[in-house]
Amino acid sequence: MNQTLVSYLSQYEFYDVLIGIFGKNEGLLAFVIYLLFAAAIVGLCATIGGLGTYAERKISADIQQRIGPNRVGPYGILQFLADGVKMITKEDVMPNTADKFLFYLAPMLALIGVFATLAVLPWSSGFMMADLNVGIFYLIAISSLVGVSVFLGGYASNSKWSMLGGLRGASQIISYEIPVTISVLSITLLAGGMGFGTILSQQQGTPIHWFIFHNPFAFIAFFVYFIGALAETNRAPFDLPEAESELVSGYHTEYTGMRFGFFALAEYIEVFVVCGVGAALFLGGGNLPFNVQFDIIPLQLFQVVIFMTKALILYYVVIWIRWTFPRLRVDQLMSICWKYLTPIAIFNLVGNAVWIVVFNGKSIADLVFGGH
Amino acid sequence: MTPAQFDGLMPIVILMGIAVLLFAGGHFVSVLLAPKKPSILKQTPYECGEQPVGSAWSAFNVRFYVVGLIFIIFDVESVLMFPVATIFKELNEVGEGGYALIVFLSFISVLIEGIAYCWKKGDLDWVKSFQVSNKK
Repeated sequence: MNQTLVSYLSQYEFYDVLIGIFGKNEGLLAFVIYLLFAAAIVGLCATIGGLGTYAERKISADIQQRIGPNRVGPYGILQFLADGVKMITKEDVMPNTADKFLFYLAPMLALIGVFATLAVLPWSSGFMMADLNVGIFYLIAISSLVGVSVFLGGYASNSKWSMLGGLRGASQIISYEIPVTISVLSITLLAGGMGFGTILSQQQGTPIHWFIFHNPFAFIAFFVYFIGALAETNRAPFDLPEAESELVSGYHTEYTGMRFGFFALAEYIEVFVVCGVGAALFLGGGNLPFNVQFDIIPLQLFQVVIFMTKALILYYVVIWIRWTFPRLRVDQLMSICWKYLTPIAIFNLVGNAVWIVVFNGKSIADLVFGGH
Repeated sequence: MTPAQFDGLMPIVILMGIAVLLFAGGHFVSVLLAPKKPSILKQTPYECGEQPVGSAWSAFNVRFYVVGLIFIIFDVESVLMFPVATIFKELNEVGEGGYALIVFLSFISVLIEGIAYCWKKGDLDWVKSFQVSNKK
């Protein structure tokens, strides 16, 4: 049985009170708790995604020594709300030759794929909506929907720019899934499980217990994962599907108004999700840097803050990379994936397996400072 | 499957439902607020101001198909490795680590062999060199 948010909350006394209010209907109570929490998470992530567009423009302005948006609200921080209102009130234009059903379906699939990954994202050791025992596996699988939506968006538009962008996007996303999956496999090997609860519970304590410092192979695996994640979310220097200087706007050339907004929202939330997963797998997630024997809600909220801090630092690095490196060519993109990242990832996997057998699953910190 | 195993699936369904509702809601508000003045010029696919010639749904570079094929092979192999990776540590703790490692490595060697074959055949190059086949 999987641990869930409801089974976590049921250890507290107020859960019994809530059960009384709902007339002993546990299913209904679980539904309400999930619904409230899901709404909160979606709200939070939409805000992060919106602020992500603002941060992107502000940081790029900083890097290029400009001022950036500064008109809407203090320091221009409400810019994303103004953009959202603009997108809603824009005319909805669709090419008359487009495949109408797929044209509507594509942004919806992107949203579904991204939102479904939020269910297993470990905000803290207790606040996970569902700690599935196949957690990370499920996440990799369901986030492939975004790749499908990129291709469908490009195909359905019936525009040549979109078609090229969609094809490039599909081939890039599926290619970089291999190094990412194999890097994740290394972590599964070290943790002995695919669930985020299992993975996080083994990284408790000071930073030397994080999986990134477990052994040299895991250290390399983090960078393979991060580069692959950049490519999977179509971020520069891997933003070939929407390369604005070659393909106008790539797969969403023909998308206007709200549907374009949903594509952008899904992309920015996905960047946050892959950063969060990177933080959880390699950087200890929301684990506190000290050991505590008891578990109270404020401590959980503190874990959420730690998790968000790590994820947002990675988010900053993603934006930083975008405004620092030039875009790759298609052939360079493919050779980086298949000729460099995939062999390195396989090498890491073999290295991790050998390390577990030779050193009996101990990390460098265990070997140096004595075991757990 | 017992109902307990479905416990973790309810939040996933709820989140997907929220995604659909958000999409539908956004469209509904957009229909209410946005202007609607369609014209034939607006509804033409964008090609930098030129009249589009033909449909975009035409033949495309076969490289994309080869990449798709390679991906399926590697993805299925990495999926098959997940169960082994999950119990690898437990096997090591009960003293079967060496045996598990040999089995694991022999499976990975198939993967390495696959990538080496594709590399040798030139299928990993985006611009495939046809000089080898021309010599025959």
